[in-house]
Amino acid sequence: MSTVDPDACYGIAPGHRMQWEEVQQSWVILYPEGMVQLNDSAAEALRRCDGRTPLSSVITDLEAAFDEADLSADVLELIDAALQQGWVCLR
Amino acid sequence: MAHPPFFLHRSSFTAACDTMTDSPQEPLRPLWLLAELTYSCPLQCPYCSNPLRLGERARELATDDWLRVLGEARKLGAIQLGLSGGEPLLRKDLEVIVGEARRLGFYTNLLTSGMGMDEARIAALKDAGLDHIQVSFQADDPDLNNRLAGSDSFRKKVEVARRVKAHGYPMVLNIVMHRHNLDRMREILDMALALEADYVELANTQYYGWALANRDYLLPTRDQLQRAEAVAHDYQARFGDRMKIYFVVPDYFEGRPKPCMNGWGRIFLSVAPDGTALPCHAAADLPGLMLPNVRDHSLEWIWNDSPDFNYFRGESWMQQPCAGCDERATCFGGCRCQAYLLTGDAAAADPACSKSASHDVILEAVERAAGLRSLPQPIMRNKRNVARALRHPVGSPPGRADTPLSD
Repeated sequence: MSTVDPDACYGIAPGHRMQWEEVQQSWVILYPEGMVQLNDSAAEALRRCDGRTPLSSVITDLEAAFDEADLSADVLELIDAALQQGWVCLR
Repeated sequence: MAHPPFFLHRSSFTAACDTMTDSPQEPLRPLWLLAELTYSCPLQCPYCSNPLRLGERARELATDDWLRVLGEARKLGAIQLGLSGGEPLLRKDLEVIVGEARRLGFYTNLLTSGMGMDEARIAALKDAGLDHIQVSFQADDPDLNNRLAGSDSFRKKVEVARRVKAHGYPMVLNIVMHRHNLDRMREILDMALALEADYVELANTQYYGWALANRDYLLPTRDQLQRAEAVAHDYQARFGDRMKIYFVVPDYFEGRPKPCMNGWGRIFLSVAPDGTALPCHAAADLPGLMLPNVRDHSLEWIWNDSPDFNYFRGESWMQQPCAGCDERATCFGGCRCQAYLLTGDAAAADPACSKSASHDVILEAVERAAGLRSLPQPIMRNKRNVARALRHPVGSPPGRADTPLSD
């Protein structure tokens, strides 16, 4: 069902901006006239999607950083949803 | 300008991302700051939601005032900035305002008719850090567009839309929809596709200000709306991956009010050209408001403590049928301005709601407009027509009461 490719590189979509919001104490993605507030785990994953790092490396890095065994399914699901929303794109 | 929609999405992923919800401990923040830089405009659209009294340019805030407002708003948590009007490009300091906003971390949205945008200006705005440009069109047909705008503007708009894309901005096309262009939904969306719009806002007319004075001229029929909505949904299904299409709900036809401003004093703060701070940009005509000005008060006081921003905050102001209604957290009672304009009571349920005792005024307006054999001439939005619009029986506010609304 998922069209997400673990070997591909994903990045924040053009016209979108991800930034830390001090007042909200959270990461947000901004786009024309809108905002999505990310929770910590989504933010950690999307921050690593820099358009140059393959998603598989992002997953490995997250697993190491948070000492979790298998985050693959969670991250693929996140990227799939983010692609559908247009927050990230294939690079 | 059109009544702006506001899209506030919160993440709702299942596994990797918790759904965020409002928690009572979280302070309210003016996430969306609408800076109405000027009410001057080269266009004369009869559906404009600006107040009937357009005000003088001499009373507009100075550059330094706006820069201070931006800093104060950002400290309160404002993050989306709408630069609007009137036509914001008429402000020669627009690039300075954009530059400061971007430096402060705002996502900067320019809402423009396109008039006054040239190659040098669009490049300078890009350099200043402008994030997004929304261009308004009146219709896809040049003659209809120009007639509705009261200005020979169509060719310029197309040129500007192409420049917006050439400079790599995300582009929203905003088209205010009404009786005179709803039947062209297909052609309008084809135009948006051809111009490579990233988003299209099909903004069904909201009846405030000039639009209310021109309601008989603008109100569509139910059949028109249904046909147009079907076309919009068809295009959403076919082209949704290329272009996001928002069909703003026409509240006169829905039986339910819009969640106006997502609730009074909840996420939205508007500053008028003369510095008046408002919980909704149409609120200046409500009775009993003190209309605090950013020249006299800090934005923090205005947002947190001013009587205006607290009048309709939360639910304690609600009467029946809103109080106790199981939908009140969805619609926040609808629009206070519409309640006042159409019922004379700003704390009444929005009459767009079928549960409102005054819902008949909406149904009658729709029925009357549908039955008109000949339409009235539009009152075009310009300074010459202010007195005429104010005399209009539907357009003018019920009369400003001197007594406060409530305590």
